Amino acid sequence: MSHTDIERPDAESSEVSASEALLVEPSRLSPTRRVLTTVLRSRELSIFLVLVAVVVLATAKNESFLFSSDGWRNFLLNPSILVLLAVGQGVVIITRNVDLSVGSVMALTAYLTGRLFIEQPGLPVVVVLAACLLLGAVLGLVNGALVAYGNVPALVITLGTLYIYRGIMLTWAGSDRINAGDLPREFLRLGTRAVLGVPILTIIALVVLAAVGYYLHTARGGRELYAIGSDPDAAVLYGLAVRRRVLAAFVLSGALAGLAGALYTARYGTVSSSVGNGIELQAVAAAVIGGIAIFGGSGTVWGAAIGAFLLVTINRALPSLGIEDFWQRAVVGALILGAIVLDRVLAARQARRLAESRDHA
Amino acid sequence: MIASNTAAPVLELRDVSKSFGPVVALRSGSLRVDAGSIHALVGENGAGKSTLVKVVAGVHRRDTGTFELGGEPVDFSSTAESKQAGIAVIYQEPTLFPDLSVTENIFMGRQLLSRGRRIDRQAMYAEAEGLFTRLGVRIDPRRPAEGLSIADQQIIEIAKAISLDARLLVMDEPTAALSGVEVERLFAVARSLRDEGRALVFISHRFDEVFALADTVTVMRDGAYIDTRRIDETSPSELVSLMVGRDVDDLFPKVPAEIGAPVLQVRGLNRAGVFHDIDLEVRAGEIVGLAGLVGAGRSEIARAVFGVDRYDSGSVSVAGKPVKGHDPRSAIRAGMAFIPEDRRKQGLVIDSSVTRNVAGVIRRGIAKAGLLTSAMEHRAAGPWAATLEVKTSALDMTAATMSGGNQQKVVIAKWLATGPKLLIIDEPTRGIDVGTKAEVHRLLSELAGQGLAILMISSELPEVLGMADRVLVLCEGRITAELDRADATPEAVMHAATHHLEAAR
Repeated sequence: MSHTDIERPDAESSEVSASEALLVEPSRLSPTRRVLTTVLRSRELSIFLVLVAVVVLATAKNESFLFSSDGWRNFLLNPSILVLLAVGQGVVIITRNVDLSVGSVMALTAYLTGRLFIEQPGLPVVVVLAACLLLGAVLGLVNGALVAYGNVPALVITLGTLYIYRGIMLTWAGSDRINAGDLPREFLRLGTRAVLGVPILTIIALVVLAAVGYYLHTARGGRELYAIGSDPDAAVLYGLAVRRRVLAAFVLSGALAGLAGALYTARYGTVSSSVGNGIELQAVAAAVIGGIAIFGGSGTVWGAAIGAFLLVTINRALPSLGIEDFWQRAVVGALILGAIVLDRVLAARQARRLAESRDHA
Repeated sequence: MIASNTAAPVLELRDVSKSFGPVVALRSGSLRVDAGSIHALVGENGAGKSTLVKVVAGVHRRDTGTFELGGEPVDFSSTAESKQAGIAVIYQEPTLFPDLSVTENIFMGRQLLSRGRRIDRQAMYAEAEGLFTRLGVRIDPRRPAEGLSIADQQIIEIAKAISLDARLLVMDEPTAALSGVEVERLFAVARSLRDEGRALVFISHRFDEVFALADTVTVMRDGAYIDTRRIDETSPSELVSLMVGRDVDDLFPKVPAEIGAPVLQVRGLNRAGVFHDIDLEVRAGEIVGLAGLVGAGRSEIARAVFGVDRYDSGSVSVAGKPVKGHDPRSAIRAGMAFIPEDRRKQGLVIDSSVTRNVAGVIRRGIAKAGLLTSAMEHRAAGPWAATLEVKTSALDMTAATMSGGNQQKVVIAKWLATGPKLLIIDEPTRGIDVGTKAEVHRLLSELAGQGLAILMISSELPEVLGMADRVLVLCEGRITAELDRADATPEAVMHAATHHLEAAR
């Protein structure tokens, strides 16, 4: 433990690699170098570069992948709904939980949107969006309350509510389908209109992303979510409001899934009973690929959002690169496995480096 | 100094009790701490000090008794409430968030805010730097908490408590893993906090520290309050007799056994950041005690020897034959048995019957054609439970409902059924009430008498000194002393446990 008392002899002369210093003694780096090293070594950047590579490859093969009004629009528009879900999911995973019910929540609010317009054709769009947010939040509250107060793992609870919420939707909708004809044109335009070349849906997703990302980074509540995920028992000893925070994370995830449901209806115009089937796993995958540790405590929603973009873009790019359906899925699977293995390897390497720095001290 | 006898004490506990199921952790705890005073709380492990602290901290809620803070009755149901009331607790084993920076760990939950309720990282880094300077340590406030030594983790905890501006600071063995210099520094800080009129409760096993720092001392034994003395009116020997209250030899009846050939031989075992150059040997019929402070690496070594954890280099052999690393099954085949510290989690299938537990490890030996019937299990388990006098009227009783002592005996039975040559036992009597402890000790001693080699890890110094034929002392992952039974005094062990090899030379 002597390194705490005595200046390390090599403190001046040493040219330890920036990454090493970043780990043990970040303050020794100049602020610019610290920021630079952090960014360069961030998971967000590497996943972003993969995304760029995919886009470049696909565009090289077929220019209209990006450089056509349709290509550009799809590039931005398609991932928007998954971005919303991935942001909510990311927040939940950061607290060392998981929310598998988001697909079903999304289905319920997608149907609610259509139903509201059918019953009350003159309803303002804002009211409908608010209703979907609210319903999603209530469903998230149920999840959160069961997890936080029932002391049952989130995996089990939300797997249960995945089926329950889906069941409610199926019972409610029956054989009904919502078609574009049932919806006011003003609402459908929400799904297609763009401002300065950026679709409104994308703008909504990015605004939500920015708000949540900002909150996680700079608000007490946000930091507490990381603390809870890093060590739940320690969080209790610190006197953090663990249950309330976990509850809030689930409410946020539910509300964002609710919003995603409404936007889904606006984007596609039709709602069938299979809306959002399996999308919860895509949301988890996006978060994990984006660098959110599956055991909580680290990662950012920025990473989750880039992960969502990557997943959707890969799915769109692979067919145009002429890759078979089977391999398309395998690529996504490999990506997830790769992300998790990379996480473990990096964590083990970091732990070993930190332990060694202690021994050499 | 603000201390006066007329003012209400900062903290007053009277006849506080707390039970966990059948185990009474605290029978009748009392403590009165004045402002501007450093109050030592001493007692053997299991005397109820830590439970008392956890009641004060709001971790546990007391069953009975009064609890007043500054003359006002209080009743905490969470740590947040006790924090709010100005109580800071530094636990024996630090609780930090490994993923977050050191600074975030200090300020979590009450981060400094700048405009717009944004947390002000720069200000926090600056203040953390200030706190570390005040404590005289050099830790980078931006680095993650992961990988810090126990000593540094303690420093973070202390920095946290200081920054909390608490009126009552409880330190549960804060010096356990600190070096001499760091202890002095901590004491200087403690004294300056006292002079500011705060109250401090200081739990320690080291009398030199108690006498150097505290002005008042309260002794606890077997979960109850014994006495409170002014420090200048008492002596270490008086405190010892108050703490023990009975003869140590009666408690730990190690019968002499014939010491045979070496059973376990460990050579140069290393694991980066955990332990280094571990050489040890346990002979048949011998009990070797592994002593050291929390975090010294005792359990980690045991787990590595048994193959639960991996090690980087070195070798382990049983009766001359090498044992493969990181492979508990080959360790069991070689004749090792391992009873971990937390038997509820690691050694005992808590919701199964005694029979199932005992038969579990030998099921291969008793199964016919891969099938196992309860009759077979009963036949195999019966004799063992009887030998060990497990007081379970029916062997079908589930393990969860038994007392700690009986659970421990079931775990021992479970492993004896494999016919081991070596038993590694980690904290054999933790969480066991005093009456049953002696039975566990007697059992271990008898087993050694029958020629079993035993490697025993214990934090209870009297237990180590009373039971072990030889004591190995660890400090920060290195063996710093090897003491024969005759040379093993509390002072010698504690000295070795707190001094690095370098310092000892």
